[in-house]
Amino acid sequence: MKHTLSILVENKPGVLTRIAGLFARRGFNIESLAVGLSEDPKLSRVTIVIDGDEHPVDQVTKQLHKLINVLKIRDLEPGNAVSAELLLVRVAGEGDKRTEALQIAEIFKAKIVDVDRRAITLRVVGTNDKLQALLELLQPLGVLEVVRTGTIAMGRGRG
Amino acid sequence: MTPDKRMKGSQALVAALEHEGCEVMFGFPGGVAIPFYDALYDAKKLRHVLVRHEQGAAHAADGYARATGKVGVCTSTSGPGATNLVTGIATAYLDSSPLVAITWQVRSDLIGTDAFQEADITGITLPIVKHSYLVKSTAELPQVVHEAFHIASTGRPGPVVIDVPVDIALGELVYHDADTLDLPGYRPTFKGHIKQIRAAAKAINEAQRPVLYLGGGVIASEAAPEILRLAELRRLPVVTTLMGLGAFPETHELSMGMLGMHGTVTANYAVHECDLLINIGARFDDRVTGKLKAFAPHARIIHADVDPAEIGKNVSPLIPIVGDAKHVAAGLIKELEGMEWPAERTAEWLARIAVRKDEFPLHYEDPKDGKLAPQLVIQEIDRITDHDAIVCTDVGQHQMWATQYYTYRYPRQFISSGGLGTMGFGLPASIGAKIGHPDRTVVDISGDGGFQMTMQELATAVSYDVPVVVCILNNGYLGMVRQWQDLFWNKRYSFTCIEAQPDFKMLAEAFGAVGLLVTEKGEIEPALREALGCGRPAVIDFRTSPEENVFPMVPAGSEITEMIGGHGRQGRKS
Repeated sequence: MKHTLSILVENKPGVLTRIAGLFARRGFNIESLAVGLSEDPKLSRVTIVIDGDEHPVDQVTKQLHKLINVLKIRDLEPGNAVSAELLLVRVAGEGDKRTEALQIAEIFKAKIVDVDRRAITLRVVGTNDKLQALLELLQPLGVLEVVRTGTIAMGRGRG
Repeated sequence: MTPDKRMKGSQALVAALEHEGCEVMFGFPGGVAIPFYDALYDAKKLRHVLVRHEQGAAHAADGYARATGKVGVCTSTSGPGATNLVTGIATAYLDSSPLVAITWQVRSDLIGTDAFQEADITGITLPIVKHSYLVKSTAELPQVVHEAFHIASTGRPGPVVIDVPVDIALGELVYHDADTLDLPGYRPTFKGHIKQIRAAAKAINEAQRPVLYLGGGVIASEAAPEILRLAELRRLPVVTTLMGLGAFPETHELSMGMLGMHGTVTANYAVHECDLLINIGARFDDRVTGKLKAFAPHARIIHADVDPAEIGKNVSPLIPIVGDAKHVAAGLIKELEGMEWPAERTAEWLARIAVRKDEFPLHYEDPKDGKLAPQLVIQEIDRITDHDAIVCTDVGQHQMWATQYYTYRYPRQFISSGGLGTMGFGLPASIGAKIGHPDRTVVDISGDGGFQMTMQELATAVSYDVPVVVCILNNGYLGMVRQWQDLFWNKRYSFTCIEAQPDFKMLAEAFGAVGLLVTEKGEIEPALREALGCGRPAVIDFRTSPEENVFPMVPAGSEITEMIGGHGRQGRKS
């Protein structure tokens, strides 16, 4: 099962290595990772998506808590959190294909951020599922390059 | 208090260490460590012990820490000096020992350039430290030292590495003692939750077949008095782990000795049959549990540990308690004192244990080859030191015999590498222990294999006049591996026979220590008395029977009741 962990950490050198190392040592594959400053410039927020069963995820969470620079961890439940990811995708597109790509972009509220004679680049924000659906539609047109930020997520309701 | 003044980083580090109460540190200098060693030259309170190899520095600091409960401090130069500390740091990590390792590093602007003697020691040690620092400015040195000592010694203790680039030592600062902490992410829980403690007390009160299972956490939190009171209050029979030896006096009628792979029949059967297992400060290690699924199959389990990550790691307890042994035991006592409890509730259980203890004592036979029984040597050390010495060990057969045949009566009496199983730990650890307790008898029980891994530290013992007594149980084999080869690998003794052995007596004398050779039973006592009485470091080479095995033994991964050699007085299987 997928877990989205939101980890509040001190904004200090080496913290990310400690966190990533812990997952690696316990055999977890990190599916996505996003780090940035939080509301407090002394603290950063790390969003990690991993795939794993309840017990190992619980263990790794407890181990994360032991890191001196880690302040808080939340295992965000999908139903109780908002999440988003940013995707840049370059699609091959001339003639009809370009028209089709532009229609798909429209449906997904993607922005065209770069165009040349042979390809267009789209920028889109959405949940992981939405981005996945977009990529599937674009695939037949020729996806040349994809860059994704990894999911960021926030629990609903609470401040 | 050191008055605020302008000084170099190297001097500030000495001042900060002294401010933390550090009296002695163990180390070995090198290129980038010179500025610090220059400051040490003028140190008034802080004593430095020069070892012969950095691994010895880490183990000596660890031995000092385990013997005294204070933070042990070691230091090394960059690169190879720092990497030589790694085994010692890992040893401290696995046994939760409070260690601060100060490694010197190449100049800040050279880091990452493969400079001479550069190694990324904070990176290398990442998985084996509680925390680490790469110091970025001279000004933060006092604060870093203060935090490092706090982190190393509180909660679940562990090693902290402070890596200091040499330019930080050369830089200047206005020194202030650091007395405040800024560790928002570090708040260990010491007091167990009262609801959990109440539930545990109720379970203890109701149990008909309880067992108290104690680990190193009891020793780390100085909880032995509370534990003794708790055990006596409800007449709880006690088993200890290797790390827990000394947490409960083995002379006490409720003591069943050590459990696990080389534990006593009584201890392992009690755990197998109990209806309530009360784990305080232990971690259900595989050497203790054997086959996890078959461990304590009839028991409800209480698990108290200061480290929440230990709870539920191997065994899911019915009643988890996050808290240190001292607070939890005190809380349980308070609850239990207010409860009715008929002593007959556990009478049958205690009687059964008493019978088993009588029927299945640890035992061995005199070796047929006429050589010394290693068990006898330990029994003699136990008798002659009056169950009162601090015993350090290496790792292997001698270590297990030292757990079985020496009588531990109080905490910090047994010092051994339990988790990592580090050969070569014993001698340097004993030097650290003796420096921490100059008035106590300190014995290092070692094997011929382990001793040869760090024997150069005899020179350290001689040069600082640290009279430890090294007892080598010399069987000419890497005995524990040979034992496994004997029992499980068709006696194929692949590279476990040490064919070219030094003459340990002459070797000791070459170092300037006392060397003694013992081959006959009758020589054991006189040799021990001479070594213990001479006031100098001494090595006794006990020639023990080469193919003696440690029994009982639970083969790795088996149920703990499947003991080889666990037969009773009349050869009856348990």
